[in-house]
Amino acid sequence: MLRLVARPTPSRALTLAAPFIAFALTVLFGAVLFRALGHAPGRALALFFLEPLWGADAWSELSVKATPLALVALGLAICFRANVWNIGAEGQFILGAIGASWVAMRATDSSHAAVILPAIALAGILAGAAWAAIVAFLRDRWNASEILVSLMLVYVADMLLGYLTYGPWKDPEGYNFPQTIAFLPVTQVPLLSEGHRAHLGLFAAIAAAIAAWLFLTRTYAGFQLAVGGAAPRAARYAGFSARRSLWTALLGSGALAGLAGALEVTGPLGQLTPHLPVGYGFTGIIVAFVGRLHPFGILAASILMSMLYIGGELAQSRLGLPQALSGVFQGLLLFTLLACDALASYRLLRVLRAAA
Amino acid sequence: MGGVALMLAASVDAGTVLALAGLGLLVNERAGVLNLGAEGMMLVGALAGYATALHAPGAGMLLGYLAAAAAGAAMAALFGWLAIGIGTNQYATGLALSLFGVGFSAFAGARFVDRQLPVRGRDGIPGLRDLPVVGPALFGYHPLVYLAVGLAAALAWFFFRSRAGLLLRAVGESPESAHALGYRVRLIRLLAVMFGGAMCGLAGAYVSLAYTHLWVENLIAGRGWIALALTTFATWRPARILLGATLFGGLTMLQFHLQERGVQIESHLLGMLPYLATVVVLVLISRRAAWIRHNMPASLGRIFRPGT
Repeated sequence: MLRLVARPTPSRALTLAAPFIAFALTVLFGAVLFRALGHAPGRALALFFLEPLWGADAWSELSVKATPLALVALGLAICFRANVWNIGAEGQFILGAIGASWVAMRATDSSHAAVILPAIALAGILAGAAWAAIVAFLRDRWNASEILVSLMLVYVADMLLGYLTYGPWKDPEGYNFPQTIAFLPVTQVPLLSEGHRAHLGLFAAIAAAIAAWLFLTRTYAGFQLAVGGAAPRAARYAGFSARRSLWTALLGSGALAGLAGALEVTGPLGQLTPHLPVGYGFTGIIVAFVGRLHPFGILAASILMSMLYIGGELAQSRLGLPQALSGVFQGLLLFTLLACDALASYRLLRVLRAAA
Repeated sequence: MGGVALMLAASVDAGTVLALAGLGLLVNERAGVLNLGAEGMMLVGALAGYATALHAPGAGMLLGYLAAAAAGAAMAALFGWLAIGIGTNQYATGLALSLFGVGFSAFAGARFVDRQLPVRGRDGIPGLRDLPVVGPALFGYHPLVYLAVGLAAALAWFFFRSRAGLLLRAVGESPESAHALGYRVRLIRLLAVMFGGAMCGLAGAYVSLAYTHLWVENLIAGRGWIALALTTFATWRPARILLGATLFGGLTMLQFHLQERGVQIESHLLGMLPYLATVVVLVLISRRAAWIRHNMPASLGRIFRPGT
């Protein structure tokens, strides 16, 4: 009889291999799913896992989606390490986009890019951080669950976006479509190369990853935050402030999600519409875990998850499958990863029935 | 009087989804397990119920509810295997369940979006439902509304008057002690989680089969999360779940009522109401930290590994 027996410490090899095993299992589940739906698994899987990597165009598109995912996930990783469960990054992303749009709509032909672009980024960062600050304040002051408050604020942010785009911010010459005016070219995030959609935000994401890494591994505040998350009692004994960690984690992740929203609305979109949120805030949670809550791991995981997004779009246009398929894959990946992680602390043993 | 009765009836109709899910989640939280997958289980339940009812005319509705409960319980079992069986983080696993449920229901449900359910007869108890005032206020409801009320009473008895209920609470308060006494903590937790999942599935099917009569992507629209907030709001007591659910139902109704009266508030702003109210209520309840600590199952959200 086979039994799972706990190891004294998790297996290091298994912990490192977990994301790869999880990925392989997800592909396997995917193949079964496609077969069940009556599609040739090989061709369908190629859409998800090969075509998004083919050619310069594909890599440009990968980076367009990986950028917001990485920014959101970096903030969430700091939160999760501090044991602060911010799951409302989607709302902070929306608010960032709203803040950035507020600035972008005020640009005129005489505006300078060197002034307007930093202003847009700053507005996004501040708006996202402010939205997260509500969560931090209610948690800090009145002990309200950050999980539920941050999530409720996603729905509120979504309604606010609807209100603005259907109401006061609607383009008067937009044939009554719920969207703002198209932002002036001066507000556009600079492209990396002509003809591709990849933009400067990619470097913002890389810079944010380095900054997050430095914060977590090289600063005292980062150390206090991580100890508070891993061992709250030890942190209290050492006199580390749990309140400061809470505020740092939430303001930081709100700011990064807000920046992601700002880059999205002034980058690929160029105007604010109700279709802005496509779930980057939620997928960011998966990215953070798949990246092992490590800044550089998150950069890699964001590319992987961006691939799943694009695969979903391709499956929709080529095979007529619903886009939600990418959500299924993402959920599966997180499941298998959590399972692999937990199983790394066990070993499989053959034991005699009598011993049990 | 008649108007008040109709308002109450509408609030109860709208609140029942929260009551069903909230009562189910109450059971697993009393056993010490926090399952953040409620939203996902409700969505999959709503879809399973809808698809079954479409495919089996006649007895379809009843079968639909059964399928929904089974789907919810199956998803909860997956959660249970991970979070209780091998000890993954409950928060992360519940989130994964919700994310998976949102994606899976949207994916599998795409072909049901424009399909109509067969017309359903009028709800309520024939004869009694046509009485003035008390008819609509008490006797005109869907059977699941009465189920929710009965379940709340049964759970109140179960938790505080039965030996099995005492054991369930012991598992949620101090799993180490229950384990030391020879009880199978993880099995009890798994069963509690599956009950919670079944109720969430049922609540989802109540929305698709009895409330909106349709299936659309993301039909549940956050009600799973509100149901999770409701257990805190009710300080983990069954009767208060019913009360809270009806209040939230009333709030949803208020939104439509104000619009009918022609009150000039933009619909998106009114739509924020239930979510903002959840935040406000959560703050009002949570700020009494000692009270929460006193009522909350002491081991809620903690991993239990026997023999450690």
